[in-house]
Amino acid sequence: MGPGGKRNETMPGKQMTGSQMVLKALCDQGVEVIFGYPGGAVLPLYDALHQQNAVRHILVRHEQAAVHAAEGYARSTGKVGVVLVTSGPGATNAVTGLTDALMDSIPVICLTGQVPTHLIGNDAFQEADTTGITRPCTKHNYLVKNVDDLPRVMHEAFYVAQTGRPGPVVIDLPKDVLQAKSAVYIGPEEVKHPSYRPRTKPDPRAIEKAIEVIAKAKRPIIYSGGGVINSGDKASRLLTRFVRALGAPCTNTLMGLGAYPASDPQFLGMLGMHGTYEANLAMYNCDVLINVGARFDDRVTGRLDEFSPNSYKIHIDIDPSSINKNVVVDLPIVADVGAALDALVKGWTNGGHSLSQRALKAWWKTIETWRERDCLSFKTKSAVIKPQYAIQRLYELTKDRETFITTEVGQHQMWAAQYYKFEQPRHWMTSGGLGTMGYGLPAAYGVQVAHPEALVVDIAGEASIMMNIQELSTLAQYDLPVKIFIINNQWMGMVRQWQELLHGGRYSQSYSASLPDFVKLAEAFGAVGLRASKPEELDDLILEMVDSPRPVVFDCQVDQTENCFPMIPSGAAHYEMLLGPGDKAAKPVSEEGMVLV
Amino acid sequence: MAPRDLSIEKRTIAVLVDNEPGVLARVIGLFSGRGYNIESLTVSAVDPARRQSRITVITSGTPQILEQIKAQLDRLVPVHGVSDLSMEGPSVERELALVKVAGKGNKRVESLRIADIFRARVVDSGHEHFIFEMTGKSDKLDVFIDLMRPLGLVDVSRTGVVAISRGPTGLLS
Repeated sequence: MGPGGKRNETMPGKQMTGSQMVLKALCDQGVEVIFGYPGGAVLPLYDALHQQNAVRHILVRHEQAAVHAAEGYARSTGKVGVVLVTSGPGATNAVTGLTDALMDSIPVICLTGQVPTHLIGNDAFQEADTTGITRPCTKHNYLVKNVDDLPRVMHEAFYVAQTGRPGPVVIDLPKDVLQAKSAVYIGPEEVKHPSYRPRTKPDPRAIEKAIEVIAKAKRPIIYSGGGVINSGDKASRLLTRFVRALGAPCTNTLMGLGAYPASDPQFLGMLGMHGTYEANLAMYNCDVLINVGARFDDRVTGRLDEFSPNSYKIHIDIDPSSINKNVVVDLPIVADVGAALDALVKGWTNGGHSLSQRALKAWWKTIETWRERDCLSFKTKSAVIKPQYAIQRLYELTKDRETFITTEVGQHQMWAAQYYKFEQPRHWMTSGGLGTMGYGLPAAYGVQVAHPEALVVDIAGEASIMMNIQELSTLAQYDLPVKIFIINNQWMGMVRQWQELLHGGRYSQSYSASLPDFVKLAEAFGAVGLRASKPEELDDLILEMVDSPRPVVFDCQVDQTENCFPMIPSGAAHYEMLLGPGDKAAKPVSEEGMVLV
Repeated sequence: MAPRDLSIEKRTIAVLVDNEPGVLARVIGLFSGRGYNIESLTVSAVDPARRQSRITVITSGTPQILEQIKAQLDRLVPVHGVSDLSMEGPSVERELALVKVAGKGNKRVESLRIADIFRARVVDSGHEHFIFEMTGKSDKLDVFIDLMRPLGLVDVSRTGVVAISRGPTGLLS
């Protein structure tokens, strides 16, 4: 079986097994690589995989990693990431990755093995109710009980995963269905879903109204998110054009970094809990807020009743359920953000609109006073590496290469978002919604598989990296030269920071005790191990890392007490930011804030 | 920001879905997973040729939550359409109850007399019991059942509400 054409090539009577149909459907969907782990229920599929060369298989070391790798692959390419795992524990191990993909709207297809249909419900060996377990953590899921349904379900799943608001789709494949034969293969073009029809084109009246409101704005701001990246690279270019045409400030969410070039003077940096002072104050003080493909997440809004209290709010989102979910908006535009931006840019330029230059000048003058606070400045010490400095140096020494950054979750993630500047979309992979420690390493090799020549760096914490450390073995097997840059402060830093600020400095269980020697660990897995503990040795070691053709584990030993600022304490409003360690005593966190995560 | 309306409203929502395994679990899971209320829920196949079922759900919440519920239902893959019958013009709502009453003498006669007033039908009877079938609006059923309580009410089985919009148009038109 070779890479199939787009047409239905099945001759009447030409029999295929379910496994062959799965592979043919993957080929017809343009899938080149899948991430997986074999087991009893998927043996027929692995057997079919063994007898073809069109689809490459990357053997992971844990099924959670397979999903994160597929996410990294998907986010860095714009294609669908594909996962193959066995029944029972294979499927349950994938659940964290699926939830992660759902929260961050990443298109993933996860093929799970299942016990044969006649044993379903009998508590058979390695049986789990996979469709039941994954129903709330997928966009949609299927249990295929008849081989004749298999090709339709495969193509439908790809359609559902990548259209509308993208997300993960599970296809549960009983072993007897994989072995059964059928002659009814159909191609992707023959599959039309009866009820699923996401709306992508904006209502022209809403676009007209938006332009009318924006044209009168005195203090506008564009707040853009991961939806711009999901919509495709064209959407990012349109966003840039739109922002420049307005001359207004633009801020990005964590998921949206790279959608607007970070070096542009109109960019205010990331907003939200660890966003910049200027971005958050601009959100608080704006009079027209244009949300482009973001979802008013609680990390962004802070206290809701004080969120951007005096602004007219326009919200562009492809998912109608995102509208008015957290923040009530004045003008919803349900559409693909690319299509909406296209209409806005055209409407704005063709209509010959421009903002009041006097008002805009005054707005920028105010923003510049906030910028002058230089909220991301930090004090360097000569004896110890500041984590912010480490990421700044990493940025300076890698910015001229094709570099992709992934992260784990915690302080290092926020510092990466603050200090690494992203100029293009799809170069930044992080677990935003779910906040999954252990995401970064597998996501990084998912990226590396798609971009073999690029530099891929997982900015990690010493605690997070331990959550999927077994994946070093995957790097070794496939010669994937991923660089793991561990910001090692010997603490679960974000937990420790919250304990310091909110729980009286009682550091309950947040010390990273009994850490391995990361250099020796790297060597044990066939990778290069490097260690830096002084600022002056950092540059040479970073260059050694990025120049190495092999995977590298970089143990960057940093200041153990550093906290991540600026910070909006939970339950506080945008103007109540803490800019540094000196700020914390003045503004105690409210009881309402204490219960928030 | 527009002020939030925090008043709790009750709504009857009809959902047309593909009649496929797990579709009801999807709808119920959506309500439980997101903390929405279900006051009544009915489901049955309505179009065997198109393999469609119709779910009628009565729910309550603030206007913002109710809009969320409809949007969340509508984005489920097997959902063809969602109709807010309480908001989209007049509609007809009905529920059916089977009510078993056991007793002798005057109580037995009285239960039959009240059933007659409420236009309930007797679907089973013995020397010491009746089973009444009654159709109507839910509050009428409530009243009937309350009246039966002192007369020897044994069991009640109710279908939950089914509803449909008045006028010539359908859910998808």
